[in-house]
Amino acid sequence: MENSPKMSAQNLDFYYDDFRALYGITLDFQENQVTALIGPSGCGKSTLLRCLNRMNDLIPYSRADGKVLLDGEDIYAAGVDVVTLRRHVGMVFQKPNPFPKTIFENVAYGLRVNGMKDRGLLRGRVETSLKQAALWEEVKDRLNDSALGLSGGQQQRLCIARALAVAPEVVLMDEPASALDPIATQKIEELIHELKKDYTIIIVTHNMQQAARVSDVTAFFYLGKLIEADLTETLFTRPKLQQTSDYITGRFG
Amino acid sequence: MSMDVQDKKMDGINRKEGVQFRRRFIQAGMFSLFRISAVINGTALLVVVYFLVARGWHTINWTFLSQPPVDSMTQGGILPCIVGTLCLSIGAMAVALPIGVASAIYLNEYARPGRIVRLIRLGINNLAGVPSVVFGLFGLAFFVVYLEIGVSILAGSLTLGALTLPVIIGSTEEALRAVPDTYREASLGLGATKWQTIRCVVLPAALPGILTGTILGVSRAAGETAPIMFTAAVFYTPSLPTSIFDEIMALPYHIYVLATAGTDIEATRPLQYGTALVLIALVLGLNLVAIIYRSRLRKKR
Repeated sequence: MENSPKMSAQNLDFYYDDFRALYGITLDFQENQVTALIGPSGCGKSTLLRCLNRMNDLIPYSRADGKVLLDGEDIYAAGVDVVTLRRHVGMVFQKPNPFPKTIFENVAYGLRVNGMKDRGLLRGRVETSLKQAALWEEVKDRLNDSALGLSGGQQQRLCIARALAVAPEVVLMDEPASALDPIATQKIEELIHELKKDYTIIIVTHNMQQAARVSDVTAFFYLGKLIEADLTETLFTRPKLQQTSDYITGRFG
Repeated sequence: MSMDVQDKKMDGINRKEGVQFRRRFIQAGMFSLFRISAVINGTALLVVVYFLVARGWHTINWTFLSQPPVDSMTQGGILPCIVGTLCLSIGAMAVALPIGVASAIYLNEYARPGRIVRLIRLGINNLAGVPSVVFGLFGLAFFVVYLEIGVSILAGSLTLGALTLPVIIGSTEEALRAVPDTYREASLGLGATKWQTIRCVVLPAALPGILTGTILGVSRAAGETAPIMFTAAVFYTPSLPTSIFDEIMALPYHIYVLATAGTDIEATRPLQYGTALVLIALVLGLNLVAIIYRSRLRKKR
C-alpha cells in the first residue's frame, strides 16, 4: 500500500438526520485492486460506498463530514460537479436495475446523456462494453429487445456494461450478486477479476467467501466504525482483532 | 393407546373441524359481499347506458349529429354542442396537462419534503374538493370579467383546466411515485443530470399512469355544466366557433337548457336523451382512445 491511492476516505463521518452512520472512517482504495467492504447489516459499509460517488446526496437531511479524495482531490469540496464525479465513479446496484428500454439503449444511455450522438460511435462503445461485461455473445442478436426480458444474471451484467460504457475509473458495487443464483454469481465474480485490470473496484458484500475470492484488500466494519482493514489473505487468516476473527468465523453477525 | 385417549383426540379434531367450517363459511360470505359490490358497480353503468340508449337512440341520425338546432331548439341537431364540448375538453387539457405534470414533477422530484410541500399538497387536495359551481363563479369573476377575456372557449378552458388540475397533479404524483428509485439511482449514477433522469427515464416510465389521470380529468371536464355556464357556454348560437374567443354551445349545458328552460320541455325529451347519449359516447370514446394508447405504451416495454 505504498503508492498513492486512487480513492481514499479521510476521517469521514456520515449522518442520516440525527443518526450517525459512520464514525471517522479513514481508508485507502488502491488503483487496479478490488477492495471488499464486509460487516453485518447496518454497519455502514453501503453508506460508505454511497459516499464515494455522493449518491447519499439524494437522501434528504443527510450530511457528510470529512474528506473523500479521488486522485487527491476532495469530492466533497465546494464547487465539485457531482454529475461529472459520477461519470468517473460508476456504480452497480444490489438488485439488477436495467431501464425499461432495449438492451442497446440501456448501455448507450450513459453515453447519450453525456452528449454522444454519433450512431456508429455509440454502436462501437456499446459492443465494447457488452464484451467487457461478458454479455456480448448472449445478446448480440437481440440488442433491440427489451432488457427486462433478460435473466437476473444477464441483467446484472448488463448493468455492469452500462456502468462501464461511460468509461469510469472507479466502479462501486453494492452487493452485486446478492440477488443472483450461484452460477450467475460465479460469472460476476470472474468478471470482477477481469475488470480490475482496467478499473479500481470497491465492492460491498455480505458473503465472506465472496470477499475472500474476489478482493485484494478487505475492510471490516461494525456499527459505523472501521474495525480492521488489511490484505484479504491476511485478514482472513490472521486477523489482528478478536472482533474481526469472530465475524469472519461466523460467531456473530 | 387407550380408548379414553383416542376419544379425547377425536373430540379435539371434531372441534377443530367446527372451527374450520366457521372460517370457511365466513370467508365465503365475505367474498360474496365483495363480489356483489363489484357487480353493483358494473350494473350501475349498464343501467345508465341502457336507459340512455333506450330513450335516446331513435333521435340519433345524421341530421342530429351534423346540423345546428332549429325551430327554437325543438328540432334539428346538436353539432355546435358537440364541437363546443370537444373544444372545451381539448382546451382544458391543454391548460391542465402541462401545468399539472410540471407541478407534480416539482413536488415529487425536486422539492425537499417539508412544511412547504405539505402546504402545497393540502392546497391541491382542497382544490379538488371545491364544488364545480364555485369554479364557475371564479372563472366568471377572474377570467371573464377581471382579465376581460369575455364568455369564450378560452375562459371556459381555463376554468375547466383549473378544475381538472388537482386530478392530474394527483395521478401524476402517484405515477411518479410508482417509478422505482432504482431507475433514478441508475441514471444519476451514470452521470445524468436530474433533469435528464426525469426526461429520459422517469417520465417515460410514468407516462401510462399520467395518461390515466388525464383521461379521468378530461372525462370530468367534458361533462361539467356549472363551470362553463358563466364562462363559455351560451343558450343558443347557430354558428360554429372560429376562434378561441368565441362563445359556444356545449353538450352538458344544452341538456340542462332543454330540460329546464327550453321552449317546450316535454316535447324535447327525446332530444335531451339523444344529447346525453352523444355526451356519454364522447366521454367513453375519449377514454377508449387513451386506454388503447396506454396499453400500447405498456406493451412496448
